[in-house]
Amino acid sequence: MNTLLKTTLSAVAAIIISFNANASGAGVHLDAANTDITDEASLQRGAKLFMNYCSGCHSIEFMRYNRIAKDLNISEADMAKNLMFNAEKTGSTIFSSMPEDGAKEWFGTTPPDLSLTARARGTDWIYTYLKGFYADETRLYGVNNHVLENASMPDALWQLKQNKSEKAFNRDVRDITNFLDYVSEPAKLIRYEIGVKVLGFLFILFILSYLLKKEYWKDVKYGKWRAKD
Amino acid sequence: MDNNKNWIDQRFPLTKVWNEHLAEYYTPRNFNFWYFFGSLAILVLVMQIVTGIFLTMHFKPDAANAFASVEYIMRDVDWGWLIRYMHSTGASAFFIVIYLHMYRAMLYGSYKAPRELIWILGMVLYIALMAEAFMGYVLPWGQMSFWGAKVIINLFGSFPIVGELILEFILGDYAVGDPALNRFFSLHVIAIPLILVILVFLHIVALHTVGSNNPDGVEIKKNKDANGIPKDGIPFHPYYSVKDIVGVVFFLMIFASIVFFAPALNGYFLEAPNFVEANPLKTPDHIAPLWYLTPFYSVLRAIPPMFGSQLPGVLAMFAALLILIALPWLDRSKVKSIRYRSWPYKVALGIFVVTFIVLGWLGMQAVTPLYSLMAQIFTALYFAFFILMPWFTSIGKTKPVPERTTEH
Repeated sequence: MNTLLKTTLSAVAAIIISFNANASGAGVHLDAANTDITDEASLQRGAKLFMNYCSGCHSIEFMRYNRIAKDLNISEADMAKNLMFNAEKTGSTIFSSMPEDGAKEWFGTTPPDLSLTARARGTDWIYTYLKGFYADETRLYGVNNHVLENASMPDALWQLKQNKSEKAFNRDVRDITNFLDYVSEPAKLIRYEIGVKVLGFLFILFILSYLLKKEYWKDVKYGKWRAKD
Repeated sequence: MDNNKNWIDQRFPLTKVWNEHLAEYYTPRNFNFWYFFGSLAILVLVMQIVTGIFLTMHFKPDAANAFASVEYIMRDVDWGWLIRYMHSTGASAFFIVIYLHMYRAMLYGSYKAPRELIWILGMVLYIALMAEAFMGYVLPWGQMSFWGAKVIINLFGSFPIVGELILEFILGDYAVGDPALNRFFSLHVIAIPLILVILVFLHIVALHTVGSNNPDGVEIKKNKDANGIPKDGIPFHPYYSVKDIVGVVFFLMIFASIVFFAPALNGYFLEAPNFVEANPLKTPDHIAPLWYLTPFYSVLRAIPPMFGSQLPGVLAMFAALLILIALPWLDRSKVKSIRYRSWPYKVALGIFVVTFIVLGWLGMQAVTPLYSLMAQIFTALYFAFFILMPWFTSIGKTKPVPERTTEH
């Protein structure tokens, strides 16, 4: 019986490992973003960079200003003063200021909403994409992208790239990526912590339930249980 | 207290039901961990219904709003993310538990006489569960919801003459769209759950009529003491109720680990492309159903179209599913449990497990010539297991089955 159990478990383990190896998929090489959602300063910098360099064209329509303020420890007043360019109320969802018709005329397409890009594409993709622009005179805005060939997007971060060291620029891109990761799933900020508590509770409950079972099963083990008279 | 009991008992068989199904329901004493999965399946069913009730309060079954309403649940509804992750993880957990529950039946011959009806009811449950999961997956209205639905529903269009009619009947339209989403919502939240609950009830009534099998495949009712109580039986309550609690808590630990630390489980429980809203104009690079449907999806893809029709593949897929129902009659072995079976059965069951897993894996991959060939080979092996079963279960030497369970 034990060998059967062992073979079954090791087969399952081997399969899970091979599944994971295959899940990553092929395509362009992506640099590791190495973002850390617990790094609040990075998220705050990312929010600032996003609002200044991205939100002109891209919405994050499932996100609210005041939620960001609350989650990233930015006061609502600061948020309204420094980071809210396209809305009146801090409770609004975050829309770009670009009209849809204009976008189609200027770029040939509407810039996509970025609320869930980190979940759909992954953080490595965003990180590599933002760093992946190169000069290409055949394109409308003079740039092309290694990750997304013939992207319609201009290199929105070119000023940062030109004026900063590579290390500082990489940090900026990482901060934006980190912020978008948070935006794609705000609950990620709290779920790990709650998860640890839940598992701790369940672990104690497991020990107690096991002891309870053991106590009851003494009857079975020593043949002491009897049917009701 | 006793008076109350009498008052109720005069009007409803409360004590009788309690005794017959719990306190004086005698269960073999030698259950191992494979016997946790039945109670775990009930736990997951209840969890899916409860989380589903709360999701239904906030979800909008409307092609224009469905995707956004799921994100609304994930962000703006208090604890909405937890309820949603419990529901999405619960769907996969349900299938893991059910697959292990079915495998247990195959290990110990639990489907054999006199438990054929339990097996059949269980198989109908399994098929209903697949329909339930498939329709639930359409509701968030992401790219995979939409395109997965399109691929699967279009299979019904391959039936000659009536195919088009069936498609229109299912979809309420000529393509997957708002009417389909609405009716799938209705079926997912009430019609199929109702069927599931009724079938679970029947499954348990049938089980309690004949009693549980056990890892030795011994009928404990054949050995009773003077009071008519099986010598190898113990009352379900409290012995197995306290034991099942241990299983439940252990299961919840694994479940919580996924819900809180990896709810998408690397794309196996929540696929990344499904975080993009459904777009009928943009076909994803690769369309695959979620993991629990992929073994049968592989069978479908393994059979090439004939006479310009997908029908043979569709029929093979349904055959792969329905042939499981015949298991009690295909198995000719005199013994139930793997412990006393002949070696040909052990080998065949091992090959079958590998076959099922490989088919599941292939169903997630994009088609390449090698994978197509592999899918065909493993589809052949899948059917061979059932077709050859009357032969390989009647050859080889079985070990003698003991009179009583081995652990007493």
